[in-house]
Amino acid sequence: MLAKEDLASFKLEQILAKYTYARDFFISLGINEIDPNLTVKDFAGEINYDVLEDAGLNREQLIVNFLAFISRMEALKKSSRNVVESITIIGGNDKFGNAEHINLELKVGEVISIVGPTGSGKSRLLADIECLAQRDTPTNRQILLNGEVPDINKRFSMENKLVAQLSQNMNFVMDLSVQEFIRFHAESRMVANIETIIHEIVSCGNELAGEKFDQDTPLTQLSGGQSRALMIADTALLSLSPIVLIDEIENAGIDRRNAIELLVKEEKLVLISTHDPVLALMGDKRLVIKNGGISKIIDLSEEEKYYIDILEKVDKKMLNIRNHLRTGGVIDDKIISGLTGQ
Amino acid sequence: MKIITVSGPPSSGKTSVIIKAIEYLKKDNLEIGVIKFDSLSTYDDVLYKKIGVKVKVGLSGNICPDHYYMTNIEDCVKWGMSENLDMLISESAGLCNRCSPHIRDVLAICVVDNLSGINTPKKIGPMLRLADIVVITKGDIVSQAEREVFAFRVKQSNPRASIIFINGITGQGAYDLSLHLKEANEYESVTDKKLRFSMPAAVCSYCTGDIRIGDKYQTGNIRKIKL
Repeated sequence: MLAKEDLASFKLEQILAKYTYARDFFISLGINEIDPNLTVKDFAGEINYDVLEDAGLNREQLIVNFLAFISRMEALKKSSRNVVESITIIGGNDKFGNAEHINLELKVGEVISIVGPTGSGKSRLLADIECLAQRDTPTNRQILLNGEVPDINKRFSMENKLVAQLSQNMNFVMDLSVQEFIRFHAESRMVANIETIIHEIVSCGNELAGEKFDQDTPLTQLSGGQSRALMIADTALLSLSPIVLIDEIENAGIDRRNAIELLVKEEKLVLISTHDPVLALMGDKRLVIKNGGISKIIDLSEEEKYYIDILEKVDKKMLNIRNHLRTGGVIDDKIISGLTGQ
Repeated sequence: MKIITVSGPPSSGKTSVIIKAIEYLKKDNLEIGVIKFDSLSTYDDVLYKKIGVKVKVGLSGNICPDHYYMTNIEDCVKWGMSENLDMLISESAGLCNRCSPHIRDVLAICVVDNLSGINTPKKIGPMLRLADIVVITKGDIVSQAEREVFAFRVKQSNPRASIIFINGITGQGAYDLSLHLKEANEYESVTDKKLRFSMPAAVCSYCTGDIRIGDKYQTGNIRKIKL
Protein backbone atom coordinates (compact mmCIF):
# COMPACT_ATOMS: atom_id res chain seq x y z
CA MET A 1 0.00 0.00 0.00
CA LEU A 2 1.20 3.50 -0.80
CA ALA A 3 1.89 5.53 2.30
CA LYS A 4 -1.12 7.75 2.92
CA GLU A 5 0.70 10.97 3.66
CA ASP A 6 2.59 10.74 0.38
CA LEU A 7 -0.38 9.76 -1.68
CA ALA A 8 -0.92 13.29 -2.96
CA SER A 9 2.59 13.26 -4.50
CA PHE A 10 2.05 10.03 -6.42
CA LYS A 11 1.13 10.04 -10.07
CA LEU A 12 -2.53 9.44 -10.75
CA GLU A 13 -1.52 6.58 -13.01
CA GLN A 14 -0.15 4.68 -10.01
CA ILE A 15 -3.05 5.62 -7.78
CA LEU A 16 -5.67 4.55 -10.30
CA ALA A 17 -3.90 1.24 -10.80
CA LYS A 18 -3.81 0.59 -7.09
CA TYR A 19 -7.19 2.01 -6.12
CA THR A 20 -9.47 1.32 -9.05
CA TYR A 21 -12.38 3.19 -7.49
CA ALA A 22 -10.37 6.44 -7.19
CA ARG A 23 -11.74 7.62 -10.54
CA ASP A 24 -15.27 7.65 -9.04
CA PHE A 25 -14.24 10.47 -6.75
CA PHE A 26 -13.43 12.75 -9.66
CA ILE A 27 -16.42 11.63 -11.70
CA SER A 28 -18.73 12.47 -8.79
CA LEU A 29 -17.29 15.99 -8.92
CA GLY A 30 -17.99 16.21 -12.63
CA ILE A 31 -14.33 15.76 -13.57
CA ASN A 32 -14.24 13.12 -16.28
CA GLU A 33 -10.83 13.64 -17.84
CA ILE A 34 -7.85 12.75 -15.74
CA ASP A 35 -4.23 13.22 -16.82
CA PRO A 36 -2.56 10.05 -15.48
CA ASN A 37 0.91 11.56 -15.67
CA LEU A 38 0.23 14.23 -13.05
CA THR A 39 0.41 13.82 -9.30
CA VAL A 40 -2.78 14.43 -7.31
CA LYS A 41 -1.38 17.75 -6.12
CA ASP A 42 -0.49 18.93 -9.60
CA PHE A 43 -3.74 17.68 -11.02
CA ALA A 44 -5.70 19.57 -8.36
CA GLY A 45 -3.61 22.61 -9.25
CA GLU A 46 -4.64 22.44 -12.90
CA ILE A 47 -8.36 21.94 -12.48
CA ASN A 48 -10.29 24.78 -14.03
CA TYR A 49 -11.65 27.34 -11.56
CA ASP A 50 -15.22 26.98 -12.85
CA VAL A 51 -15.10 23.22 -12.28
CA LEU A 52 -13.96 23.72 -8.70
CA GLU A 53 -16.62 26.34 -8.16
CA ASP A 54 -19.29 23.88 -9.30
CA ALA A 55 -17.81 21.10 -7.22
CA GLY A 56 -18.02 23.31 -4.16
CA LEU A 57 -14.42 22.68 -3.11
CA ASN A 58 -11.20 24.63 -3.34
CA ARG A 59 -7.93 22.94 -4.34
CA GLU A 60 -6.80 22.11 -0.82
CA GLN A 61 -10.23 20.85 0.22
CA LEU A 62 -10.28 18.67 -2.88
CA ILE A 63 -6.98 17.02 -1.98
CA VAL A 64 -8.01 16.53 1.66
CA ASN A 65 -11.32 14.99 0.58
CA PHE A 66 -9.59 12.78 -1.98
CA LEU A 67 -7.21 11.34 0.62
CA ALA A 68 -10.08 10.85 3.07
CA PHE A 69 -12.04 9.12 0.31
CA ILE A 70 -9.26 6.61 -0.37
CA SER A 71 -8.74 5.77 3.28
CA ARG A 72 -12.47 5.43 3.92
CA MET A 73 -12.93 3.15 0.92
CA GLU A 74 -9.97 1.03 2.02
CA ALA A 75 -11.51 0.72 5.47
CA LEU A 76 -14.78 -0.30 3.86
CA LYS A 77 -13.05 -2.97 1.78
CA LYS A 78 -11.34 -4.41 4.83
CA SER A 79 -14.38 -4.40 7.08
CA SER A 80 -15.39 -7.99 7.50
CA ARG A 81 -18.78 -9.30 8.41
CA ASN A 82 -18.25 -11.14 11.62
CA VAL A 83 -16.70 -8.58 13.91
CA VAL A 84 -19.45 -9.12 16.45
CA GLU A 85 -20.00 -12.45 18.14
CA SER A 86 -22.19 -11.36 20.97
CA ILE A 87 -23.81 -8.37 22.60
CA THR A 88 -24.60 -8.11 26.29
CA ILE A 89 -27.46 -6.04 27.64
CA ILE A 90 -26.82 -4.84 31.19
CA GLY A 91 -30.03 -3.60 32.70
CA GLY A 92 -30.76 0.00 33.61
CA ASN A 93 -34.15 1.10 34.81
CA ASP A 94 -37.73 1.41 33.58
CA LYS A 95 -39.81 4.58 33.25
CA PHE A 96 -40.48 4.64 36.98
CA GLY A 97 -36.86 4.21 37.97
CA ASN A 98 -37.16 0.54 38.95
CA ALA A 99 -33.97 -1.45 38.25
CA GLU A 100 -34.10 -4.02 35.45
CA HIS A 101 -31.79 -6.61 37.06
CA ILE A 102 -30.69 -7.98 33.72
CA ASN A 103 -27.43 -9.24 32.36
CA LEU A 104 -28.24 -10.89 29.08
CA GLU A 105 -25.81 -12.14 26.48
CA LEU A 106 -27.14 -12.54 22.95
CA LYS A 107 -25.04 -14.38 20.37
CA VAL A 108 -24.99 -14.25 16.58
CA GLY A 109 -27.11 -17.05 15.16
CA GLU A 110 -29.73 -16.52 17.87
CA VAL A 111 -33.26 -15.29 17.32
CA ILE A 112 -34.73 -13.07 20.00
CA SER A 113 -38.30 -11.87 19.94
CA ILE A 114 -39.41 -8.75 21.74
CA VAL A 115 -43.00 -8.43 22.86
CA GLY A 116 -44.92 -5.77 24.74
CA PRO A 117 -47.77 -3.32 24.26
CA THR A 118 -47.39 -0.39 21.87
CA GLY A 119 -45.38 2.34 23.58
CA SER A 120 -43.92 -0.05 26.16
CA GLY A 121 -40.34 0.66 25.12
CA LYS A 122 -39.50 -1.89 22.43
CA SER A 123 -38.07 0.76 20.12
CA ARG A 124 -36.05 2.25 22.97
CA LEU A 125 -34.40 -1.13 23.58
CA LEU A 126 -33.57 -1.46 19.91
CA ALA A 127 -32.23 2.11 19.89
CA ASP A 128 -30.04 1.37 22.93
CA ILE A 129 -28.52 -1.57 21.06
CA GLU A 130 -28.04 0.47 17.92
CA CYS A 131 -26.17 3.31 19.61
CA LEU A 132 -24.31 0.96 22.00
CA ALA A 133 -25.69 2.77 25.03
CA GLN A 134 -23.23 3.27 27.89
CA ARG A 135 -25.52 4.20 30.77
CA ASP A 136 -26.05 7.51 29.00
CA THR A 137 -29.51 7.04 27.46
CA PRO A 138 -32.83 7.52 29.31
CA THR A 139 -32.91 3.80 30.25
CA ASN A 140 -29.38 3.82 31.72
CA ARG A 141 -28.68 0.52 30.00
CA GLN A 142 -25.20 -0.54 29.02
CA ILE A 143 -24.43 -2.60 25.94
CA LEU A 144 -21.23 -4.64 25.65
CA LEU A 145 -19.75 -5.97 22.42
CA ASN A 146 -18.13 -9.41 22.62
CA GLY A 147 -18.28 -9.03 26.41
CA GLU A 148 -16.34 -5.77 26.48
CA VAL A 149 -17.08 -2.07 26.63
CA PRO A 150 -16.90 -0.97 22.96
CA ASP A 151 -14.34 1.68 22.12
CA ILE A 152 -15.76 5.12 21.52
CA ASN A 153 -14.62 5.32 17.90
CA LYS A 154 -16.46 2.15 17.02
CA ARG A 155 -19.61 3.60 18.50
CA PHE A 156 -19.98 6.23 15.86
CA SER A 157 -18.14 4.83 12.90
CA MET A 158 -20.18 4.28 9.81
CA GLU A 159 -18.16 1.26 8.70
CA ASN A 160 -19.23 -0.54 11.83
CA LYS A 161 -22.90 0.13 11.52
CA LEU A 162 -24.18 -2.65 13.75
CA VAL A 163 -27.83 -2.83 13.04
CA ALA A 164 -29.72 -3.42 9.82
CA GLN A 165 -33.43 -2.71 10.06
CA LEU A 166 -36.40 -4.18 8.33
CA SER A 167 -39.93 -3.04 8.95
CA GLN A 168 -43.39 -3.23 7.56
CA ASN A 169 -43.29 0.47 6.66
CA MET A 170 -40.22 0.21 4.50
CA ASN A 171 -40.59 0.47 0.76
CA PHE A 172 -38.33 0.55 -2.24
CA VAL A 173 -38.20 4.08 -3.56
CA MET A 174 -35.55 3.71 -6.25
CA ASP A 175 -36.75 3.61 -9.80
CA LEU A 176 -34.61 0.63 -10.82
CA SER A 177 -34.96 -3.02 -11.78
CA VAL A 178 -34.21 -5.68 -9.18
CA GLN A 179 -30.91 -6.41 -10.86
CA GLU A 180 -29.76 -2.79 -11.12
CA PHE A 181 -30.70 -2.23 -7.51
CA ILE A 182 -28.63 -5.15 -6.22
CA ARG A 183 -25.75 -3.99 -8.41
CA PHE A 184 -25.84 -0.53 -6.78
CA HIS A 185 -25.84 -2.09 -3.36
CA ALA A 186 -23.01 -4.49 -4.20
CA GLU A 187 -20.93 -1.64 -5.65
CA SER A 188 -21.38 0.38 -2.48
CA ARG A 189 -20.11 -2.61 -0.54
CA MET A 190 -17.18 -2.97 -2.97
CA VAL A 191 -18.06 -6.62 -3.57
CA ALA A 192 -15.84 -8.38 -6.10
CA ASN A 193 -18.18 -10.75 -7.86
CA ILE A 194 -21.30 -8.75 -8.53
CA GLU A 195 -23.00 -11.07 -11.06
CA THR A 196 -22.85 -14.02 -8.67
CA ILE A 197 -24.34 -12.05 -5.81
CA ILE A 198 -27.17 -10.73 -8.00
CA HIS A 199 -28.03 -14.28 -8.97
CA GLU A 200 -27.89 -15.52 -5.38
CA ILE A 201 -30.07 -12.77 -3.98
CA VAL A 202 -32.71 -13.08 -6.69
CA SER A 203 -33.00 -16.84 -6.31
CA CYS A 204 -32.99 -16.59 -2.53
CA GLY A 205 -35.68 -13.88 -2.62
CA ASN A 206 -37.75 -16.12 -4.86
CA GLU A 207 -37.54 -18.97 -2.42
CA LEU A 208 -38.98 -16.74 0.27
CA ALA A 209 -41.65 -15.06 -1.84
CA GLY A 210 -44.95 -16.68 -2.65
CA GLU A 211 -45.13 -15.26 -6.17
CA LYS A 212 -41.98 -15.37 -8.27
CA PHE A 213 -40.23 -12.33 -9.71
CA ASP A 214 -37.31 -12.02 -12.09
CA GLN A 215 -34.29 -9.80 -12.03
CA ASP A 216 -35.64 -7.38 -14.63
CA THR A 217 -38.81 -6.60 -12.66
CA PRO A 218 -38.88 -2.93 -11.60
CA LEU A 219 -38.58 -2.65 -7.81
CA THR A 220 -41.67 -0.50 -7.58
CA GLN A 221 -43.78 -3.21 -9.24
CA LEU A 222 -42.97 -5.86 -6.64
CA SER A 223 -45.84 -6.87 -4.36
CA GLY A 224 -45.55 -6.33 -0.61
CA GLY A 225 -44.51 -9.94 -0.07
CA GLN A 226 -41.97 -9.88 -2.91
CA SER A 227 -40.46 -6.64 -1.63
CA ARG A 228 -40.09 -8.03 1.86
CA ALA A 229 -38.57 -11.25 0.49
CA LEU A 230 -36.05 -9.31 -1.57
CA MET A 231 -35.21 -7.03 1.37
CA ILE A 232 -34.53 -10.03 3.60
CA ALA A 233 -32.44 -11.86 1.01
CA ASP A 234 -30.44 -8.70 0.33
CA THR A 235 -29.93 -7.98 4.04
CA ALA A 236 -28.83 -11.57 4.68
CA LEU A 237 -26.37 -11.79 1.80
CA LEU A 238 -25.13 -8.27 1.24
CA SER A 239 -25.50 -6.17 4.37
CA LEU A 240 -22.48 -5.98 6.68
CA SER A 241 -24.46 -5.35 9.82
CA PRO A 242 -24.25 -8.32 12.20
CA ILE A 243 -27.53 -7.51 13.93
CA VAL A 244 -30.82 -7.53 12.07
CA LEU A 245 -33.80 -5.85 13.56
CA ILE A 246 -37.19 -6.90 12.29
CA ASP A 247 -40.20 -4.82 13.15
CA GLU A 248 -43.07 -7.15 12.16
CA ILE A 249 -43.24 -8.97 8.84
CA GLU A 250 -46.68 -9.48 7.38
CA ASN A 251 -47.50 -13.11 6.83
CA ALA A 252 -48.98 -12.57 3.39
CA GLY A 253 -46.85 -13.94 0.60
CA ILE A 254 -43.64 -14.72 2.45
CA ASP A 255 -42.20 -17.79 4.10
CA ARG A 256 -41.31 -16.27 7.43
CA ARG A 257 -39.70 -19.30 8.99
CA ASN A 258 -37.32 -19.71 6.04
CA ALA A 259 -36.59 -16.00 6.07
CA ILE A 260 -35.49 -16.08 9.70
CA GLU A 261 -33.48 -19.26 9.10
CA LEU A 262 -31.67 -17.61 6.22
CA LEU A 263 -30.60 -14.71 8.45
CA VAL A 264 -29.45 -17.11 11.16
CA LYS A 265 -27.48 -19.14 8.65
CA GLU A 266 -25.67 -15.95 7.62
CA GLU A 267 -24.52 -15.53 11.23
CA LYS A 268 -26.80 -12.67 12.11
CA LEU A 269 -28.26 -11.95 15.49
CA VAL A 270 -31.95 -11.53 14.72
CA LEU A 271 -34.22 -9.40 16.91
CA ILE A 272 -37.91 -9.46 16.09
CA SER A 273 -40.27 -6.93 17.58
CA THR A 274 -43.77 -8.27 17.04
CA HIS A 275 -47.39 -8.65 18.12
CA ASP A 276 -47.83 -11.77 15.96
CA PRO A 277 -47.93 -15.05 17.91
CA VAL A 278 -46.25 -17.16 15.22
CA LEU A 279 -43.44 -14.68 14.77
CA ALA A 280 -43.01 -14.25 18.54
CA LEU A 281 -42.56 -18.00 18.98
CA MET A 282 -39.79 -18.08 16.38
CA GLY A 283 -37.44 -16.59 18.98
CA ASP A 284 -35.18 -18.83 21.07
CA LYS A 285 -35.78 -16.26 23.79
CA ARG A 286 -38.61 -13.81 24.29
CA LEU A 287 -38.07 -10.46 25.98
CA VAL A 288 -41.17 -8.99 27.56
CA ILE A 289 -41.12 -5.20 27.76
CA LYS A 290 -43.21 -3.31 30.27
CA ASN A 291 -43.08 0.37 31.29
CA GLY A 292 -39.87 0.92 29.36
CA GLY A 293 -37.96 -1.95 30.99
CA ILE A 294 -37.33 -5.62 30.26
CA SER A 295 -39.68 -7.22 32.76
CA LYS A 296 -39.21 -10.89 31.86
CA ILE A 297 -37.09 -13.19 29.73
CA ILE A 298 -38.82 -16.34 28.58
CA ASP A 299 -36.93 -19.24 27.03
CA LEU A 300 -38.87 -21.02 24.32
CA SER A 301 -40.13 -24.22 25.92
CA GLU A 302 -40.54 -27.63 24.27
CA GLU A 303 -44.26 -27.22 24.74
CA GLU A 304 -44.29 -23.90 22.90
CA LYS A 305 -42.13 -25.35 20.14
CA TYR A 306 -44.70 -28.09 19.71
CA TYR A 307 -47.52 -25.55 19.42
CA ILE A 308 -45.85 -23.42 16.74
CA ASP A 309 -47.04 -25.84 14.06
CA ILE A 310 -50.62 -25.62 15.25
CA LEU A 311 -50.51 -21.83 15.43
CA GLU A 312 -49.08 -21.74 11.94
CA LYS A 313 -51.92 -23.88 10.66
CA VAL A 314 -54.50 -21.55 12.22
CA ASP A 315 -52.62 -18.65 10.72
CA LYS A 316 -52.69 -20.28 7.31
CA LYS A 317 -56.42 -20.89 7.57
CA MET A 318 -57.04 -17.22 8.36
CA LEU A 319 -54.89 -16.31 5.40
CA ASN A 320 -56.92 -18.58 3.16
CA ILE A 321 -60.12 -16.95 4.33
CA ARG A 322 -58.61 -13.57 3.57
CA ASN A 323 -57.82 -14.67 0.04
CA HIS A 324 -61.26 -16.24 -0.25
CA LEU A 325 -62.89 -12.91 0.64
CA ARG A 326 -60.55 -11.02 -1.62
CA THR A 327 -61.61 -13.07 -4.62
CA GLY A 328 -65.28 -12.49 -3.98
CA GLY A 329 -66.05 -15.46 -1.71
CA VAL A 330 -68.60 -15.46 1.11
CA ILE A 331 -68.29 -16.77 4.65
CA ASP A 332 -70.50 -19.79 5.28
CA ASP A 333 -70.74 -22.88 7.50
CA LYS A 334 -68.18 -24.74 5.45
CA ILE A 335 -65.55 -22.04 5.84
CA ILE A 336 -66.12 -21.69 9.57
CA SER A 337 -66.05 -25.41 10.28
CA GLY A 338 -62.81 -25.62 8.30
CA LEU A 339 -61.42 -22.95 10.62
CA THR A 340 -62.52 -24.42 13.91
CA GLY A 341 -61.73 -27.96 12.83
CA GLN A 342 -65.27 -29.16 13.57
CA MET B 1 -21.10 29.76 23.74
CA LYS B 2 -21.10 26.70 21.51
CA ILE B 3 -22.08 27.57 17.95
CA ILE B 4 -23.49 25.11 15.44
CA THR B 5 -24.73 25.62 11.89
CA VAL B 6 -27.36 23.22 10.59
CA SER B 7 -28.46 23.32 6.97
CA GLY B 8 -30.02 21.06 4.40
CA PRO B 9 -32.56 20.96 1.58
CA PRO B 10 -36.13 22.04 2.37
CA SER B 11 -38.25 19.42 4.17
CA SER B 12 -35.27 17.16 4.87
CA GLY B 13 -36.12 17.15 8.58
CA LYS B 14 -33.73 19.78 10.03
CA THR B 15 -36.12 21.06 12.68
CA SER B 16 -37.17 17.58 13.83
CA VAL B 17 -33.55 16.47 14.06
CA ILE B 18 -32.53 19.54 16.09
CA ILE B 19 -35.52 19.22 18.42
CA LYS B 20 -34.84 15.54 19.09
CA ALA B 21 -31.19 16.26 19.84
CA ILE B 22 -32.09 19.19 22.12
CA GLU B 23 -34.39 16.92 24.12
CA TYR B 24 -31.33 14.88 25.08
CA LEU B 25 -29.34 18.01 25.95
CA LYS B 26 -32.05 19.31 28.27
CA LYS B 27 -31.06 16.99 31.07
CA ASP B 28 -27.72 18.83 31.21
CA ASN B 29 -29.67 22.04 31.91
CA LEU B 30 -28.10 23.84 28.98
CA GLU B 31 -29.56 27.17 27.89
CA ILE B 32 -30.10 26.68 24.14
CA GLY B 33 -31.12 29.18 21.48
CA VAL B 34 -32.06 28.65 17.85
CA ILE B 35 -32.02 31.06 14.93
CA LYS B 36 -34.42 29.85 12.29
CA PHE B 37 -33.64 31.22 8.84
CA ASP B 38 -36.31 30.81 6.19
CA SER B 39 -37.43 32.63 3.11
CA LEU B 40 -41.12 33.52 3.20
CA SER B 41 -42.65 32.12 6.35
CA THR B 42 -42.09 29.51 9.03
CA TYR B 43 -44.02 27.90 11.82
CA ASP B 44 -41.05 26.08 13.30
CA ASP B 45 -40.46 28.77 15.92
CA VAL B 46 -43.63 27.51 17.62
CA LEU B 47 -42.14 24.01 17.79
CA TYR B 48 -38.93 25.34 19.33
CA LYS B 49 -40.78 27.47 21.89
CA LYS B 50 -42.79 24.41 22.89
CA ILE B 51 -39.66 22.64 24.05
CA GLY B 52 -38.46 25.68 25.98
CA VAL B 53 -35.85 26.93 23.55
CA LYS B 54 -35.22 30.62 22.91
CA VAL B 55 -35.83 31.26 19.23
CA LYS B 56 -35.49 34.09 16.73
CA VAL B 57 -36.77 33.96 13.16
CA GLY B 58 -35.12 35.54 10.13
CA LEU B 59 -37.09 35.70 6.89
CA SER B 60 -35.04 36.59 3.85
CA GLY B 61 -37.96 37.59 1.62
CA ASN B 62 -36.68 38.63 -1.79
CA ILE B 63 -33.00 38.38 -0.87
CA CYS B 64 -30.82 35.30 -1.53
CA PRO B 65 -31.29 33.33 1.73
CA ASP B 66 -27.59 32.48 1.90
CA HIS B 67 -26.48 36.11 1.69
CA TYR B 68 -29.19 37.08 4.15
CA TYR B 69 -27.85 34.49 6.59
CA MET B 70 -24.29 35.74 6.15
CA THR B 71 -25.24 39.36 6.78
CA ASN B 72 -27.10 38.47 9.97
CA ILE B 73 -25.06 35.76 11.65
CA GLU B 74 -22.78 38.19 13.49
CA ASP B 75 -25.75 39.88 15.17
CA CYS B 76 -27.35 36.54 15.93
CA VAL B 77 -24.24 35.48 17.83
CA LYS B 78 -24.32 38.79 19.73
CA TRP B 79 -27.95 38.08 20.64
CA GLY B 80 -26.99 34.62 21.87
CA MET B 81 -24.26 36.09 24.07
CA SER B 82 -26.62 38.70 25.50
CA GLU B 83 -29.09 35.94 26.38
CA ASN B 84 -26.30 34.01 28.13
CA LEU B 85 -26.85 30.95 25.96
CA ASP B 86 -24.68 27.86 26.34
CA MET B 87 -25.42 26.83 22.78
CA LEU B 88 -26.60 28.65 19.68
CA ILE B 89 -27.88 26.65 16.71
CA SER B 90 -28.54 28.32 13.38
CA GLU B 91 -30.93 26.48 11.11
CA SER B 92 -31.06 27.46 7.45
CA ALA B 93 -32.60 25.82 4.40
CA GLY B 94 -30.27 25.15 1.50
CA LEU B 95 -32.67 26.24 -1.17
CA CYS B 96 -30.48 25.97 -4.25
CA ASN B 97 -28.02 23.20 -3.32
CA ARG B 98 -25.14 25.61 -3.93
CA CYS B 99 -25.55 27.20 -0.51
CA SER B 100 -22.47 27.48 1.60
CA PRO B 101 -23.40 28.38 5.15
CA HIS B 102 -20.62 26.59 7.02
CA ILE B 103 -18.04 28.62 8.91
CA ARG B 104 -14.47 27.47 9.52
CA ASP B 105 -14.00 25.80 12.93
CA VAL B 106 -17.72 26.11 13.72
CA LEU B 107 -19.44 22.72 13.91
CA ALA B 108 -21.26 22.25 10.60
CA ILE B 109 -24.14 19.84 10.11
CA CYS B 110 -25.97 19.00 6.89
CA VAL B 111 -29.30 17.15 6.97
CA VAL B 112 -30.36 15.14 3.91
CA ASP B 113 -33.12 12.59 3.52
CA ASN B 114 -33.27 9.13 1.98
CA LEU B 115 -36.27 10.01 -0.15
CA SER B 116 -34.46 12.73 -2.07
CA GLY B 117 -32.94 10.27 -4.56
CA ILE B 118 -29.59 8.54 -4.73
CA ASN B 119 -28.02 11.22 -6.91
CA THR B 120 -28.80 13.97 -4.43
CA PRO B 121 -25.53 13.69 -2.48
CA LYS B 122 -23.67 14.45 -5.73
CA LYS B 123 -25.92 17.38 -6.52
CA ILE B 124 -25.42 19.25 -3.26
CA GLY B 125 -22.37 21.51 -3.11
CA PRO B 126 -20.41 22.95 -0.18
CA MET B 127 -23.34 22.59 2.20
CA LEU B 128 -22.84 18.80 2.10
CA ARG B 129 -19.26 18.43 0.92
CA LEU B 130 -17.79 20.61 3.66
CA ALA B 131 -20.01 19.61 6.58
CA ASP B 132 -18.49 17.89 9.63
CA ILE B 133 -21.56 15.76 10.24
CA VAL B 134 -24.10 14.55 7.71
CA VAL B 135 -27.41 13.50 9.21
CA ILE B 136 -29.51 11.16 7.07
CA THR B 137 -33.23 11.10 7.82
CA LYS B 138 -36.33 9.17 6.73
CA GLY B 139 -34.55 5.82 6.88
CA ASP B 140 -37.61 4.25 8.44
CA ILE B 141 -39.51 4.21 5.16
CA VAL B 142 -36.91 2.94 2.70
CA SER B 143 -35.16 -0.42 2.53
CA GLN B 144 -31.94 -1.25 4.34
CA ALA B 145 -30.11 -1.53 1.02
CA GLU B 146 -31.25 1.88 -0.15
CA ARG B 147 -30.09 3.36 3.15
CA GLU B 148 -26.69 1.76 2.64
CA VAL B 149 -26.41 2.93 -0.96
CA PHE B 150 -27.46 6.47 -0.03
CA ALA B 151 -24.93 6.58 2.81
CA PHE B 152 -22.24 5.34 0.44
CA ARG B 153 -23.03 8.17 -1.96
CA VAL B 154 -22.81 10.66 0.88
CA LYS B 155 -19.44 9.20 1.79
CA GLN B 156 -18.27 9.64 -1.79
CA SER B 157 -19.31 13.29 -1.74
CA ASN B 158 -17.96 14.01 1.70
CA PRO B 159 -15.48 11.37 2.87
CA ARG B 160 -14.49 13.44 5.92
CA ALA B 161 -17.88 13.69 7.59
CA SER B 162 -19.36 11.49 10.29
CA ILE B 163 -22.67 10.08 9.17
CA ILE B 164 -25.55 9.79 11.64
CA PHE B 165 -28.92 8.21 10.85
CA ILE B 166 -31.80 9.85 12.64
CA ASN B 167 -35.49 9.07 12.66
CA GLY B 168 -37.04 12.52 13.07
CA ILE B 169 -40.28 11.06 14.36
CA THR B 170 -39.07 8.67 17.05
CA GLY B 171 -35.75 10.40 17.66
CA GLN B 172 -33.76 7.21 17.14
CA GLY B 173 -30.16 8.25 16.49
CA ALA B 174 -30.59 11.77 17.91
CA TYR B 175 -28.73 10.82 21.04
CA ASP B 176 -25.54 10.29 19.00
CA LEU B 177 -25.95 13.73 17.51
CA SER B 178 -26.45 15.31 20.92
CA LEU B 179 -23.03 13.99 21.97
CA HIS B 180 -21.45 15.65 18.93
CA LEU B 181 -23.23 18.93 19.68
CA LYS B 182 -21.71 18.95 23.15
CA GLU B 183 -18.27 18.78 21.52
CA ALA B 184 -18.83 21.91 19.40
CA ASN B 185 -16.27 24.70 19.66
CA GLU B 186 -17.12 27.74 21.76
CA TYR B 187 -16.88 31.35 20.56
CA GLU B 188 -17.95 34.70 21.92
CA SER B 189 -18.16 36.21 18.46
CA VAL B 190 -17.89 35.16 14.82
CA THR B 191 -16.63 38.53 13.60
CA ASP B 192 -13.68 38.07 11.20
CA LYS B 193 -14.32 34.34 10.91
CA LYS B 194 -14.47 32.97 7.40
CA LEU B 195 -16.84 30.76 5.46
CA ARG B 196 -15.53 27.37 4.39
CA PHE B 197 -16.44 28.20 0.80
CA SER B 198 -17.71 31.23 -1.08
CA MET B 199 -21.44 31.76 -1.40
CA PRO B 200 -23.27 31.62 -4.72
CA ALA B 201 -22.97 34.95 -6.50
CA ALA B 202 -25.82 36.81 -8.08
CA VAL B 203 -25.17 40.35 -9.16
CA CYS B 204 -27.22 40.95 -12.25
CA SER B 205 -30.07 43.13 -13.47
CA TYR B 206 -32.64 40.73 -12.01
CA CYS B 207 -31.17 41.17 -8.55
CA THR B 208 -32.20 44.78 -8.74
CA GLY B 209 -35.73 44.04 -9.74
CA ASP B 210 -35.82 43.84 -13.54
CA ILE B 211 -38.55 41.47 -14.77
CA ARG B 212 -38.09 41.60 -18.56
CA ILE B 213 -36.70 38.67 -20.59
CA GLY B 214 -33.97 39.40 -23.14
CA ASP B 215 -30.24 39.88 -23.65
CA LYS B 216 -30.55 43.62 -23.83
CA TYR B 217 -31.86 43.87 -20.29
CA GLN B 218 -29.12 41.75 -18.76
CA THR B 219 -26.10 43.24 -17.04
CA GLY B 220 -23.71 42.03 -14.37
CA ASN B 221 -22.72 38.48 -13.45
CA ILE B 222 -24.27 36.38 -16.20
CA ARG B 223 -23.72 32.76 -17.21
CA LYS B 224 -25.22 31.21 -20.34
CA ILE B 225 -26.04 27.60 -21.25
CA LYS B 226 -23.93 26.20 -24.10
CA LEU B 227 -26.69 25.10 -26.51
